Amino acid sequence: MSGPSNFKPKSAILQWTERRLPILGLMHSSFVAYPTPRNLNYWWTFGGILSFCLGVQIITGIVLAMHYTPTVAGAFESVEHIMRDVNYGWLIRYVHANGASMFFIAVYIHIFRGLYYGSYKEPREILWILGVIIFLLMMATAFMGYVLPWGQMSFWGATVITNLFSALPGVGPKIVELLWGGYSVDQPTLQRFFSLHYLLPFMIAGVVVLHIWALHEVGQNNPAGIDVKSDKDTVPFTPYATAKDNFAMICFMIFFAWFVFYIPNYLGHADNYIPANPLQTPTHIVPEWYFLPFYAILRAIPSKLGGVMAMFGSIALLAFLPWLDRAKTRSARYRPLFKQFFWVFVIVCIGLGWLGSKPAEGAYVIASRILTAYYFIHFLVILPLLSYYEKPAPVPASIADSVLGNQPLAPARVKGSR
Amino acid sequence: MMNKNTLLALGVVSAISFGASFPAFAADDAHSTPQPPRLSWTFAGPFGHFDKAQIQRGFKVYREVCQSCHSMKLVAFRTLGQSGALGFSEGQVRAIAAEYQINDGPNDRGEMFQRPGRPSDYFPLIYPNEQAARATHNGALPVDFSVIAKARTYEVGFPGFLIDIVRQYQENGVDYIHALLTGYAKAPEGFEISQTQFYNKYFPGHRIAMRPPLEDNRVEYTDGTPQTVDQYARDVSAFLMWAAEPHLEARKRIGFQVMIFLIVFAGLAYFTKKKVWADAH
Ligand code: HEC
Ligand code: HEM
Repeated sequence: MSGPSNFKPKSAILQWTERRLPILGLMHSSFVAYPTPRNLNYWWTFGGILSFCLGVQIITGIVLAMHYTPTVAGAFESVEHIMRDVNYGWLIRYVHANGASMFFIAVYIHIFRGLYYGSYKEPREILWILGVIIFLLMMATAFMGYVLPWGQMSFWGATVITNLFSALPGVGPKIVELLWGGYSVDQPTLQRFFSLHYLLPFMIAGVVVLHIWALHEVGQNNPAGIDVKSDKDTVPFTPYATAKDNFAMICFMIFFAWFVFYIPNYLGHADNYIPANPLQTPTHIVPEWYFLPFYAILRAIPSKLGGVMAMFGSIALLAFLPWLDRAKTRSARYRPLFKQFFWVFVIVCIGLGWLGSKPAEGAYVIASRILTAYYFIHFLVILPLLSYYEKPAPVPASIADSVLGNQPLAPARVKGSR
Repeated sequence: MMNKNTLLALGVVSAISFGASFPAFAADDAHSTPQPPRLSWTFAGPFGHFDKAQIQRGFKVYREVCQSCHSMKLVAFRTLGQSGALGFSEGQVRAIAAEYQINDGPNDRGEMFQRPGRPSDYFPLIYPNEQAARATHNGALPVDFSVIAKARTYEVGFPGFLIDIVRQYQENGVDYIHALLTGYAKAPEGFEISQTQFYNKYFPGHRIAMRPPLEDNRVEYTDGTPQTVDQYARDVSAFLMWAAEPHLEARKRIGFQVMIFLIVFAGLAYFTKKKVWADAH
C-alpha cells in the first residue's frame, strides 16, 4: 500500500502471476518490508489484536448463523439448541458472546492509546476519523447482536434504545417505525436486526482496510510522538513488529480464554436467560458494560432529546478532536499538563461507566451530571486551552535518540532498553 | 507519572462516586434483600465437576417435589446419560423417559395421541400454556427450569465483582436457588402479606407465590445423605446447574488444555520476540 514494491517471488509461477496481479508484492510491502518506528511499545499491539477480534467474531458468527432461527418463537430455543446439541456449540457461542466484550476492551485501549500519544493529530486526522466510524459500526453491530438471543434484556434493551430515536423532532417517530418494522419491537425488528448484524461486520472489515491504508500512507505514530526522520528510526514490520504482535496477541488470548472457559456468563446479564416477555418489564434495564458510560450520559440530561443529543455528541466529538487539540507536540510524554488531564479523563470515563450500571436516582444522577459535564469540558474547554497555554517539554531529536539516549546507534544490544 | 494535582482530581472524582454509592444517598429498594450465602460447589473453579451422586439426588428431588409445578422443556432425556451428566446407563435413560407421557401426532386418522417417552423426547410441559399455569397458581408462574440456574443472580459490590473474575466465581445462580429454598421465614412485624403469598428473605420484594416446597424427610435418600431441607436445596440446585449447563465439565476440561497450550505458546513467543529484538536496540 505504500508505493511500488521491488518484491520478486522465487518461483516462476508466482513471478508469472505477480506480473499480472502484484498481490504478493502488496502483501510484502504492507506486512513485511513496511517500516515501523523502532520505539513502539505494547500499546501498539492492539491494532493487530483488533483485527484478530474481528476475524474471530466473523468466523464464530457465521457458524452460529447456520443454527440460529431469527423468529420470536424460535430464537431463544435455537440458541439453547446451539448450547446443548450442536457439536462444540457452547464453545462457539461463548467465544462469540465474550468476543464482543474482548473486542470492546481492545478498542477502548486502542482509542485511549491514541488519545495519550496524540495519534489523531496531523497528518493522521482521516485515519482517526475512520477509527471513530469503525467504533460506531462496532456499537451498532454489538447492540443488534445482543437482541438476537431474544431474552428479557434483548427485548427491553432494544425497546429502550430504539425508542430514543422518537425524541428527534419531526422524523423521530418515523425512524422508530422503520427500525421496528411496525409499532413495537417484534418479529420484523428481530429479523431486520439479524440481517444487519450479519452485514455490518463486513462493512467494518471494509473500513478497516481504509483505516490500514491510511495508516500505511502516513506511517505509525510512536510513543515519542515525533516523525520518522531516517532509516535508523524504523525497523521492518517483519520480523520485528510481527514477533511483538504475536506475543501480545497470545497473552490477549489467555485473558480471552479465561472468560470463555471459566466465567462465560460473567460479562452478560442473568436476565437474558429469561425468554423475552413484552408484558413484563425487568426492574433494572442495563445495557452491556461497554455501553455504560454513554448510557450514563444519556440519563444525566433531564430531557429525552437532550440526553440523546449528549450521548451521540459524546461520540461525535471524538471525530473533531484533531481540531480541538491544536498543540503541536503529540505525545503526552512531553506535555506535563495534558498528561494529568488525560488521567483525570480516564477516571471520569470509568466513573461514568460505573454510574451507568446504577439506577438513575438520588446522588447517582447528580454524580452522572457532574461527570458528563466534565466529559464535554475536557474536549471543548480544557484541550483547546491547553493547546495555547501549556509549555511542552523538549522532545528528543529523533526516534533513535529517544530509544538509545544519545549513544550512537550500535548494531549490538544496548543494555537497559526493552 | 501522576503528580499532586492528578491525585487531587482523582480524590474529587472518587469522592463523588463513593458518595453516590453510600446507601443513604440513593433511594433504596432492591438493596434490602440480603446477599445469598456462598456455598462451596463441586462444579466451581478450574477443575470443577459434577458430583454424580449429588445431581442424581437433586434429580430425585426435582421429580418428587418440584416437577408437579415446574417444567424443564429444553432438556432432552438422552442428555441424562451423556458424559459429564448424571451417569445413567442407556437402559436407565430409556426407563426414565418411558415414565412420561408425550403428546404426539397426528396419526394417520388425523388424531393427536399420547405415548410413553423415548430418550430423544424432551421433558414434557406440566401445563398446556402459561395462562393455565398462572390460573392454577393465583396468577404467579412457576418458571421453567431449563436455564434457571443461569437466569438468577445477585449483585456483588466493589471490589468483590473484580475479585470474582480472578477467583472464577460464577455460582451466583445456584447460591440464590439454595438461599430461596431455605429462606422462608415468618414475616416481620407489620409486613403485609396476602393469604396466597409467603415471606422469603431472598426473594426480591419478599412475597413469593410458591409455598415452601421442601420439608425434612420429604424425599427418601438411600445413600445415607441427611434428609434435610438444606441438603435437598443443595442437591436440587446442583442438578439445576447441570440442566442449565450440561457441557460444564467438558468446558472446564478443554479450558485447562487450552490454557496450558497458550501459556507454553506465549513463553515461546516471548523468547522469539526477545531474540528478534536483541540486535535492534
Ligand atoms: C406447588 C407448586 C410448586 C412447587 C411444588 C415448586 N414450586 Fe417453585 N415456584 C412455584 C411458583 C408458583 C413460583 C412463582 C413464584 C412467584 O413468582 O411469586 C415458583 C418459583 C420458583 C423459583 C423462581 C423464584 C424467582 O426468583 O423468580 C424457583 C427457583 C423455584 N420456584 C424453585 C423450586 C424448586 C427447586 C422446587 C422443588 C424443590 C419448587 N420450586 C417447587 C410453584 C412451585
Ligand atoms: C475494528 C476495529 C479496529 C481495527 C481492526 C483497527 C486496526 C488497526 C491497526 C491494525 C492499526 C495498526 C497497528 C497499531 O498502530 O495499533 C491501527 C492503527 C490506528 N487505529 Fe485502529 N483499528 C480499529 C479501530 C479503531 C478505532 C475505533 C480508532 C479510534 C477512534 C482507531 C484509531 C487508530 C489510530 C489513530 C491508529 C494509528 C495508530 C498510531 O500509529 O498511533 N482504530 N488500527
